[in-house]
Amino acid sequence: MTIFGIIFYVLAAIILIATVLSITRRTVMHAIIYVVISFFAMAVLFYLLGAPFLALLEVIIYAGAIMVLFIFIVMMLRVEATPFVPGQWLRQWFPAVVLSLISLFIMGILIWQGPGRDATLPLAMAAPRALGQFLLQHYWLAVEIASLLLFVALVGAYYLGHKGDSGEKS
Amino acid sequence: MIVPYSHVLILASIIFILGAACAVARRNLIMILVGVEIMLNAAALVFISASLFWQKLPGQAFVIFLFAVAAAEVATGLALIVHIQRRTGSVISDDYNHMKG
Repeated sequence: MTIFGIIFYVLAAIILIATVLSITRRTVMHAIIYVVISFFAMAVLFYLLGAPFLALLEVIIYAGAIMVLFIFIVMMLRVEATPFVPGQWLRQWFPAVVLSLISLFIMGILIWQGPGRDATLPLAMAAPRALGQFLLQHYWLAVEIASLLLFVALVGAYYLGHKGDSGEKS
Repeated sequence: MIVPYSHVLILASIIFILGAACAVARRNLIMILVGVEIMLNAAALVFISASLFWQKLPGQAFVIFLFAVAAAEVATGLALIVHIQRRTGSVISDDYNHMKG
């Protein structure tokens, strides 16, 4: 196993541990901090898999913008920790864990039967310049649609967050 | 030569399942959105590893659109959470059991 393989498995362990810790925390802020750790490890993994530009975007957009937005909302809404009720906890988590294990089993079978089971990934790197040229040459319309989508999200977020008489009934 | 392709796929499917379990089992609306983010990130990992496996760029191009969709989704979702928290005073989904016209 090369050094890159060892780095991959270490990063996978970090991502899995941070994700498991984050989805089981009762305090929302702790969960978000663990998700940020997981996203940083995921950014390094993107770099390892040959996508340096997407690794940067992962740090800037996911860990930087989206998670900070979550933290702002948590601070703004004063979300308190979920109280621990054993029966309710079991009732929430037991079906989810069982269904998740079944889905994971089926996914494992599909991956096992799928193409490239034994093929190892090559070591390559897509230059950001090549990616940008490819994106704007082949997918310029999708880029415009994505910008339109972001604009619609901006207007929708403003409308919903607007503290006016619209929709305020109670 | 990094690792077998199937290992990356298995890692991504475990992350996706963890995110799905978080979105299903948690009752806090913010945690549900965090679960959806984890699932989108696992999808991005699959796209990037497939892009590396077949040495083609569209996989990486799609991840950029996935980031845009994730940003739009989280902005609208958090605005909805703020709105519903103003109306009902709670972000726990069990508390939304009243119908009111």
